[in-house]
Parts: sequence; structure tokens; C-alpha cells
Amino acid sequence: MLPSSDKLVWMFRKMLEIRHFEEKVYELYGQNLVPGTIHLYVGEEAVAVGVCANLRKDDYITSTHRGHGHCIAKGGDLKRIMAEILGKRTGYCKGKGGSMHIADFSIGMLGATAVVGAGIPIAAGAGLSIKLRGTDQVVACFFGDGASNQGTFHEGINMAAIWKLPVLFVCENNLYAMGTRQSMVMLIENVADRAAAYGIPGVVVDGNDVLAVYEAAKQAVERARKGEGPTLIECKTYRHKGHSRFDPATYRPKEEVEEWLKKDPIPRFRNKLVEMGVLTENEAKGIEEEVLAEIEEAVKFALESPYPKPEEALEDVYA
Amino acid sequence: MREISYRDALREALREEMIRDPTVFLIGEDIGRYWGGAFKVTKGLAEEFGDERVRDTPISENAIIGVAVGAAITGMRPVAEIMFGDLTALAMDQIANQAAKIRYMFGGQAKVPLVIRTPFGGGVNIAAHHSQSLEAWFMHVPGLQVVVASTPYDAKGLLKTAIRNDNPVVFCEHKLLYPLTGHVPEEEYTIPFGVADVKREGTDVTVVATLYMVHKALAAAETLAKEGISVEVVDPRTLVPLDKETITESVRKTGRVVIVTEDCKTAGVSAELAALIAEEALDYLDAPIKRVTTFDVPIPFSPPLENFVIPDEKRIIKAIKEII
Repeated sequence: MLPSSDKLVWMFRKMLEIRHFEEKVYELYGQNLVPGTIHLYVGEEAVAVGVCANLRKDDYITSTHRGHGHCIAKGGDLKRIMAEILGKRTGYCKGKGGSMHIADFSIGMLGATAVVGAGIPIAAGAGLSIKLRGTDQVVACFFGDGASNQGTFHEGINMAAIWKLPVLFVCENNLYAMGTRQSMVMLIENVADRAAAYGIPGVVVDGNDVLAVYEAAKQAVERARKGEGPTLIECKTYRHKGHSRFDPATYRPKEEVEEWLKKDPIPRFRNKLVEMGVLTENEAKGIEEEVLAEIEEAVKFALESPYPKPEEALEDVYA
Repeated sequence: MREISYRDALREALREEMIRDPTVFLIGEDIGRYWGGAFKVTKGLAEEFGDERVRDTPISENAIIGVAVGAAITGMRPVAEIMFGDLTALAMDQIANQAAKIRYMFGGQAKVPLVIRTPFGGGVNIAAHHSQSLEAWFMHVPGLQVVVASTPYDAKGLLKTAIRNDNPVVFCEHKLLYPLTGHVPEEEYTIPFGVADVKREGTDVTVVATLYMVHKALAAAETLAKEGISVEVVDPRTLVPLDKETITESVRKTGRVVIVTEDCKTAGVSAELAALIAEEALDYLDAPIKRVTTFDVPIPFSPPLENFVIPDEKRIIKAIKEII
């Protein structure tokens, strides 16, 4: 069943927020305003949005080094994400985390870990907490195809399976772990096939079709809330940019990139919404303008925010 | 006065905290009703609190700690058991990169009220993968707290504090301590972190010792007392936070110090304690700082080999006599 019109519009808006936010981060990076490095979510927006459209505020997510999109989809504040990426005092983590460690515990965003696969057992643990506390919350755990070769994938999903924990394991398969092609490191085509090893459902979806992701996540969330256990959802997608800011991604064939760019999830969804009569072209354009204005505000907020005082580095080590 | 074993003291702490706080739960390999923990610390608790709160796991140390971290940041107070201290190596990412850093890197948003109980130490002839003393690994990671309880009394009071504490705590136990008995009051008590305990007062030399070495140091002190040498034995009880004041005060009083720890020497607990004393009490020293530690080798199997590498009373006495 399709989501309500309001939800469809919300999904469209969130996807645009992520896209334009990331493009802006890319631009600011070029102006030397972003310290360190960045891993952009451009091209993968349908995954975070399709999953998070099924979540409540009190549900949890765990995220990765490529995590801006997850936080935005879960309802994070663009201003505070941008301020964190710029290393400012007003950022979510007061400048201590940066691009790879965004978190907002007030909306169940349990944070981005930059150790590949490390969030998988942590998500299972949040699931165990839910089970022990007896609530009907769920956890969505985002990770990439690369993470599925870590021991944490096996250990964490197995534990979630045996204890029937309410967790969605969402594999964002963008075909490359940094520069390593999936076929170089796995003999199977679908990461979701690994679900069979844990006795849980494994689903493959077009990760560039937000409605397909939404539907798969919806079923997994229902299953989780009923106490029936976890689901592994593999979303086939593609990052439009390189792995990080410095990566020109020359290891990807030009034809492959072109083919995936044609499958860009945002124009696809926009066309669909217009076709369905949910939005007119003009309304879609209006939303995009609102989003762009919101991002400009976030940039202004972040740029005008102060840096933390150096000695604040000594705070927050212990509770 | 009631005397109970170190093992029973730990179990009492777990049991009392589980009764007091429904968010406390136990997780680990073979800790449940079928085994009760490799060293029987959790024996009987699954029967009393159920399998949900005393949770047997697959052999997946990294996920045991990862799951405990996830539960800790979402409102629970897990106490994870890693069956042997050596196996913390398998969980090191979750301990050192996740548990220890989540609060800091997220700008203080999270609390990680997690206790990791694990036995270190040799002396039972189980060789290189079940006998190490790795406390220093955890001291080296900001964000972790490190407890080294040497008596039943300390074990109970410190474990209760660890469970109520909002930080990740590595609670170091020692295999040879489990059967050791000592005074533990019936009534409720806790012991704060960062408060060392002078286990024996003396005037000629300070011995700073941890875990099972506290008992070897006390035995050495008893022997030396007969020869007219007065040894003060200081047990830090927690390595992070460290009670620098009590340690340096004792050294200032005696002017001599021997540090006795079971971990190996290089970059070990003894190195940190020696550096502290050198930085803060050097002017009071009448002799060089001495360290008695396990030699820098893996723990060997055969009894004569193992007994040789781990400090004994004789080595402690020899070190003391070298500076008296």
C-alpha cells in the first residue's frame, strides 16, 4: 500500500534536503571551509528516506561514516549537522565528532561510527534494550556492502536473529567498498542471501526506488514490532561521488556511472509523484526552493557559529 | 564477622544491584543456568532472575560488548562477562573505539553505563591464551575506567559502584582470587573509585601492588617484619581514576618504593605508577624506584616456567632488600 500524500511529499522533501545539503557540503569543502574529509550520500537518498519514513521519533537508527543522509532522514536539524561538519561549537557534537560522527540522541539517532561494521552489534544491543524494556520501538541499522564482510556483521546479526530482536539491518550496497568492487571480495551477488545463514528474511530491493525501499522497510518494521525478529534488507544503490572528497573514483567504468546516473532516485520519484497527481511540477519546484533556502540558512548558521574553545577538548570524556 | 569468598562477594554485588535496579542485566558466554560462569560467579542468578536478564550468548566477544554498548546507550545497565581477560582482544574495537569514545565524540550526549567483568592473571597453568594481565591496555584508552579489586570486600563494594557508574568500566578480576575469603559485611556498602587502600601500614618502604600481587606483597611484608623491615602495602583499587595522593603520600613517608604488578614490564601498569612517583615525589626518594613484574614473555605452560616468570614473594623481598 502506498503511503499517504503527506508522507510522499515528506519523503520527496527529505530526499531533496539530503541531495542539496550534500552538494553544499561539497561546495564548502572546495572553499576550504570543511576540515578533514567528507563521505557524501548523494545518489543513495532513497535508502535512508525510504527506511526512516517508517520510523517513529522514538525508534532508533545507527549510522556510518557516510551518515549525513541518515541523520537528515531521521529528522536531524540541518543547522546543527552543518555546524558539526564545519567543526563549530553549535554542532551536534560540539565539534568533537565532525562529519563521520553525527548523532542526535533526542531523536533516536544513536550516532555514526566510522569503524566499518561496528554499528551492527550496537544496533542489536539497542534492540535487546527494547526487548528487555518491553516497548515496541525498532532499530534501523545502516551499513554498506563493505561492512557485510566484517565479523561484526556475522556476530551481530546472528545475535539479533537468535533473540528475535526488533532490528532492520539495512545494507546500502553501492557496489564498492572504497575502491574495492564487490565481486572482488564476495562470490555472491546479493548480500541479502547471507540472511539465510541466520534464519531470517533477506530482501533485495532497488535502492534507488524510494517506494520499493519504503515497502520493504514497512514489512520489516511490522515484523520487528510484532516481536518476530530482524530482517536483512539489501538496497542496491550507487554513490554519485567518490568514496571521499579526494577520490575521483577512476576505478568505476564510465558506462557504469552513466547508467546509474540515469537511475538517479530523485528525478525518478519526482516524475512518479507528478504522474500520480500528488504534486504538480510547480509544487515540486516550490519545495525544492524551500529546501535550498533552508540549507542556505543552515550554512549561514554554521559559518556564523563560533569554534569551540580549545580547552573544551578536555570535557565530556567521562560522565 | 562474616567471611565469604571473592567469588561470592561478586555474586552478592550482582544480585543486590539486579534487585535494586531492573535495568541491570548480565550478558556473556555460559553465564546462565547451565554453567553459572566459567568461574561460577553468576551461579544461581539465572534461576533467580530468569534467562532474559542473565543472558547466555554465542561465542562472539566483539558482539557481546557491542550489544552491551547498544543496550547501555538506550537505557540499560549491562554487566558483560568476558570469560578470560585475554579474550578482550576479540572485543577491542567495541571496548576501545566504541564504548570508550561514544560519549566524547558525540559531544557528551550519551552515557555508557557498561561494566565489563573479566579475569586476568596466571598461576593455574593454562598458558599464553588464558593467563595474561592486560590492565594497561585499558588504562591507555581515555573514556574507560579500570578497577582492580584484590579482596572480597573491595570486590563487592567496587562492583556495586561500577554498576551504578555512568561510564564504561573494565572490572579486572584474578583467577586465583575467586576462592579467597575475607570479611564482607552483611549491610549495604559501596566503595568510591579513585580511593586507594593502605592494606598494611609501614615506615621503611612502600609497596604498591594490585590484584593477586597485593597478597604476595602482604606475605613478603610479613616475612620482612620478622627481620625488622617495616613495609607499607598500598593497593590503588582503581587504576582509572588513580588515587595519586595516597600513593605519593606513602612514598613521601617511606622514601622508598617497589611496584609489584602481574602484567609485563614494558609500558605496563608499573611503568605508569613509576612515572607518577617520579613526577610527583622524586625529591622524597632515597633510592631508585623498583619494579617487580612478569617478565616480558608470553605466559608459558609448564609450572616451573610459569612460576619463574610471574612475580613471587622471593622476588618482592629481593627487590625491597636492594633498596633498603
